[in-house]
Amino acid sequence: MNPFASIGGATLAVLAHIGRLAQFTGQALAGVVSPPIYTRLILGQMVRIGYFSLPVVGLTAFFTGGVLALQIYLGGNRFGAEAIVPQVVVLGITRELGPVIAGLMIAGRVAAAIAAEIGTMKVTEQIDALTTLATNPIKYLVVPRIVAAVISMPILTAIGDSIGVMGGYVVSVYSLDFNGTSYLKNTVDFAHQDDITSGLIKAAVFGFIVALMGCYNGFNSKGGAQGVGNATTAAVVTSSILILAADYVLTALLFHK
Amino acid sequence: MTAKIQLIGVKKRFGPKVVLDGVDLIIDKQSSLVIIGGSGTGKSVTIKSILGILRPDEGTILVDGEDVTHINGSARDRVMRKFGMLFQGGALFDSLPVWENVAFGLIQGRGVARAKARDIAIQKLAKVGLTEDVAFLSPAELSGGMQKRVGLARAIAADPEIIFFDEPTTGLDPIMADIINDLIISTVKDVGATALSITHDMVSARKISDKIAMLYGGKIIWQGPTGEIDHSGNPYVEQFIHGRAEGPIKMAVKA
Repeated sequence: MNPFASIGGATLAVLAHIGRLAQFTGQALAGVVSPPIYTRLILGQMVRIGYFSLPVVGLTAFFTGGVLALQIYLGGNRFGAEAIVPQVVVLGITRELGPVIAGLMIAGRVAAAIAAEIGTMKVTEQIDALTTLATNPIKYLVVPRIVAAVISMPILTAIGDSIGVMGGYVVSVYSLDFNGTSYLKNTVDFAHQDDITSGLIKAAVFGFIVALMGCYNGFNSKGGAQGVGNATTAAVVTSSILILAADYVLTALLFHK
Repeated sequence: MTAKIQLIGVKKRFGPKVVLDGVDLIIDKQSSLVIIGGSGTGKSVTIKSILGILRPDEGTILVDGEDVTHINGSARDRVMRKFGMLFQGGALFDSLPVWENVAFGLIQGRGVARAKARDIAIQKLAKVGLTEDVAFLSPAELSGGMQKRVGLARAIAADPEIIFFDEPTTGLDPIMADIINDLIISTVKDVGATALSITHDMVSARKISDKIAMLYGGKIIWQGPTGEIDHSGNPYVEQFIHGRAEGPIKMAVKA
């Protein structure tokens, strides 16, 4: 086997993939702004993507806030800075951990579910059936999921942020002997509007990534049960990687001074 | 007779594999054409090309004289409203109850109000011999034969001008297959539609068609009225309709 041929082949395959994804994204974005708008489907997806994700996002946020408080306390202790716990917790949660943890949880929960559902629809010809019923599959399946995820994720993250800060509070007050009132006062005084908004903007972008990768991989699945399984895995892996990559880019952009 | 659908030199390849190699076909208005051919000869690709699910590499597809080969968006939606299709596996939407499956094209494609669409769906279900209580079941609760009937009700729900049937009798017992054949004949006549079916079930093909065309090697190698198929004089057709292993058609074991 010619090594140049295999390198070239792999490069072409990657480029073709990026091209297809870009085309798919373009079609999806065009679908968002052009009628018909399926309000009923958007609301239904908001319940599935947003509301049903509340327990998992809430739990992970709580433990993340708790462990963050504990780590900052123990680390800060080395140079007598343990009092900084409430400030670091609220900063870490709202700017970074709230949206990222929620994003990764949604990637596992929602991207997988979307890819499996759309992938199964693809291999059982349900997507072709939509076309024959004069319904654009991108508008009917993809757009409602993307819109619902982009709306739901900031709400989920806002709730996750509150629960995360509460997790830090619970650990600090009940385990590390902080004064509850001054903990909350420090938290509120320190947090800026920008910290919270930047996190919510990130969350909206992560929601877009999750829904897009779930739909894209589902639409491109082929070959029965195994193909759907591969699509589901690919949806979770690609959306998780893209969330972390986008997180870096967004942080650099949002806090560019 | 005027042509409802016309294919001119339609070619389609997947990578190095040529599936359609210049298909020419005319389907007359209000006639029923059946395309026969072995597995993997491009019958489904032909149907999907007409529906715009696949794009042909070359050639032209006319529906009512209009070139639909490369149309998109709302123009495509407008042409698609002429079509109904019964899929091989039913392709029912498993997230929706039976009645919403049947009414789907009315609600989404044509903007009919849900309550009215439900009444129409129940009428169409009655036409294929299903009672009202089936309407509120989920497709997963139905047997294969009932799913085919629901698929048929969905295909005819919006009174399409053209109905496609993809292997309508595959996977059904002989009695249910014959019931579906009868339903196809009666529903097509009822709505005055043009029908295009693909099948390798010769019993079904003879029963539901006015004309038969045989697809082999990416081309239409024979076509004629159903009554003439036994005197085609074409060795490929002879072999196929009698189901002989020996003959000019060599089945590719490897895809």
